[in-house]
Amino acid sequence: MPRQFFKFNGGVMPADHKAASTSLPIAEFAALASLPGELVIPLQQGNGGSLRALVEAGTQVLKGQRIGVGYDDTGTAVHASTSGLVKAVEMRRMPHPSGLSALCVVIAPDGEERWITRTPFDYRRAGLAATRDYLRDAGVLVGGDFGATGQLATLVINGAESEPRITCDDMLMRERADGVIQGIAILREVLRASEVLIGIEDNQPEAIAAMRAALAKRGAENTQVAAVPACYPTGNARLLIRVLTGIEVPHSRRFADYGVECFDTSTAYAIYQAITLGQPMVSRIVTVAGNVERPRNIEAPLGVPLRALLALCGPQADTNRVIMGGPMMGMTMPGDEVPVVKTTHCVLAGSPALFPPPPPEMPCIRCGDCARACPADLQPFELYSFARARQFGKAQEYHLFDCIECGCCTYVCPSKIPLVDYYRFAKSEILARQRDQEFADAARERYQFRLLRAEREKQEKAARLATKAAAAHAPTAEDAKDAKDTKKALIAAAIARARQQKEQVTPANIDALTPEQRAEIAKIEARREALQSSAKTAPPQDE
Amino acid sequence: MSNHAPYIRQPASVRSIMLKVLAALLPGIAAYVWWFGAGVLVQIALASAAALAGEAAMLALRRKPLWLFLGDGSALVTAWLIALCFPADGPWWLVVAAALFAIVAVKHFFGGLGRNAFNPAMAAYCLMLVVTPQWMSESQSPVAGQEWQWVALGYLLGGLWLIRQRVITWHIPTAFLVALTAIAGGFHVFNPAAYAGVEFYLLSNSAMLGAFFIATDPVTGATTPRGKLFYAGGIAVLTWSIREFDIYPDGIALATLLMNSCAPLIDRCTQPPVFGNKIEPPAA
Repeated sequence: MPRQFFKFNGGVMPADHKAASTSLPIAEFAALASLPGELVIPLQQGNGGSLRALVEAGTQVLKGQRIGVGYDDTGTAVHASTSGLVKAVEMRRMPHPSGLSALCVVIAPDGEERWITRTPFDYRRAGLAATRDYLRDAGVLVGGDFGATGQLATLVINGAESEPRITCDDMLMRERADGVIQGIAILREVLRASEVLIGIEDNQPEAIAAMRAALAKRGAENTQVAAVPACYPTGNARLLIRVLTGIEVPHSRRFADYGVECFDTSTAYAIYQAITLGQPMVSRIVTVAGNVERPRNIEAPLGVPLRALLALCGPQADTNRVIMGGPMMGMTMPGDEVPVVKTTHCVLAGSPALFPPPPPEMPCIRCGDCARACPADLQPFELYSFARARQFGKAQEYHLFDCIECGCCTYVCPSKIPLVDYYRFAKSEILARQRDQEFADAARERYQFRLLRAEREKQEKAARLATKAAAAHAPTAEDAKDAKDTKKALIAAAIARARQQKEQVTPANIDALTPEQRAEIAKIEARREALQSSAKTAPPQDE
Repeated sequence: MSNHAPYIRQPASVRSIMLKVLAALLPGIAAYVWWFGAGVLVQIALASAAALAGEAAMLALRRKPLWLFLGDGSALVTAWLIALCFPADGPWWLVVAAALFAIVAVKHFFGGLGRNAFNPAMAAYCLMLVVTPQWMSESQSPVAGQEWQWVALGYLLGGLWLIRQRVITWHIPTAFLVALTAIAGGFHVFNPAAYAGVEFYLLSNSAMLGAFFIATDPVTGATTPRGKLFYAGGIAVLTWSIREFDIYPDGIALATLLMNSCAPLIDRCTQPPVFGNKIEPPAA
């Protein structure tokens, strides 16, 4: 029975160019070339937080050995993607347009690919919490909400690779459908989902057929492969959930609040590898396409430089940039030496012919094409004018943060305005201001507390003095006597100290003197002694 | 070179949009020429030359890229609409003055393409109506004669093509024509002696030109789907009111300007709900 699909507004249909990279099977990196001289594994993998290194320069590591873990129990671990020697733990450039560096473990492969002992994990006996921890330690990015609600109405598996040119999930499903289905079965059981919907775009018929065949073989219950209409950006989890279930999860809410969860097919496969095969996540399938002679999918060890991947596919001479991701949302890399990380789906070589610079920007004519293309139902041209005028409050009022930065508005804009750039700018400005505001608030609080403390100390001091004064005004006879004695003793001590000091004073510059000079000084001293003693004995005149 | 995604763009441009609008005017112009002679072509040529000259002068003064903006076609759209609204037998300077005013004052004084608050062609029409009433009132009567019906049909065809081409949406023409039919028809049925019939409105060329080419100007009109309905309905009601109760025979220009001034408010009040906020979300 064909399933009924739900629609979301907007979306665009650019030419998908997917056939280019699906003619060759997935190749293991090692089968095409030997590993490069070093693999760079960032201690930071897509989910924001940074990790603590478990190794240092000089440590021998095995393939699959954990080399970084979270500072708390949310950080997803990273593993050595090959066996070898840790050359360094140092700052390296990250695969991000900012070109900022982060701490990375640099491994020199020994070429032997020696694995750790791999033992399957009995998730049935372990239960949900232990399975979540196991997956975290195996380096599978499953998200912080994994199993947060206890039970799911629908588990959505995202095989809707809607962005042009990217085919890694397509090829994964074509060639390794059985593993994906096993991973999905594990997810369904662990998350106690009543129903599983595997959404695959209908322009990937081979993947759909392979998944249906694998499903029939495994006989998973309440699991369906749904061929959803191809339309960018159906691959967005929120939109795919909408298409398959009719549920619209707002930007501000978690999927789990609506009884739904969504995982990528590649995540399902990584779960299968981790649990059934006992292999932590040390590689991923990456589409290498764009301005290359032989676009294809390569299973690349994490940490391989993008340059090495491109080299396997014959980059063309006019390549002028490397993009991580697809042509709609991909990020231009600061260089081609940055490594493959867990979120690297695709590496595109760009050239001026392939991705020509857009024509000159014209003013917005409010034609509304962007609003009709926006899958989040925003009014992009209004957001643009607010962002441009730095009216960030208004921009937020018009739901700036519901923007998923899919790029549809920019794609359709007849005025060629880089709309998404304006939203990114506005978002970062607002976040920066919020951060500044928080700093300012904290500073003001600190200052006010200081004032408060100063005031309190003043009051305490006054109170202390007051009690003291009160005590002085109403002393008992004994207290008074004591006080008097103490005072006398103090005065006496002070006098003694002064005298001692005076006696200790020695004249300066008397080391290198001639005997005549010494004699003269002695004379003067004697005179002064006499004067002082006479002054002491003689009573002061005016007293 | 843009460093950020997306790296691919659809080919549509401001120029292609404007050229499509001009192309959509052609059937109406053809009917005009067929029934009334080539005079209108002279007016179109005059208005176009004046509009382009005004545009070029203002672009030069404002130090804007001349060829980029001259080539966008927006000045031509304004010029053609002026020529088609104005009497074809009017003096040559009438459309020239109107086109210059539309481009220089209404468009560029407000910041040029995309920034003008009022429809340049309609503002120029209103100015001329006030400044040179003797010339404007000599206009061919917009009463629905058989010849004008053919012109109206031409505009209708062009307008439908624009909807098909996704240059405009159905909202504004539909709301305009439905509201006009409802109010004119209602009052005519109620008192046929005092109020003109529906066909008088719908079959006049100005109604079709207004519905598909004037009210649909995105820069000065409402842009949200619901807002467009209110906006176009408002123009229809005002057009009918001006025609019936005021001294001007044709109220679309004034009605458009009045609703132009309401468009920002209408947009603000008719923002569509964003994804996920269409229904009340379940409790956490």
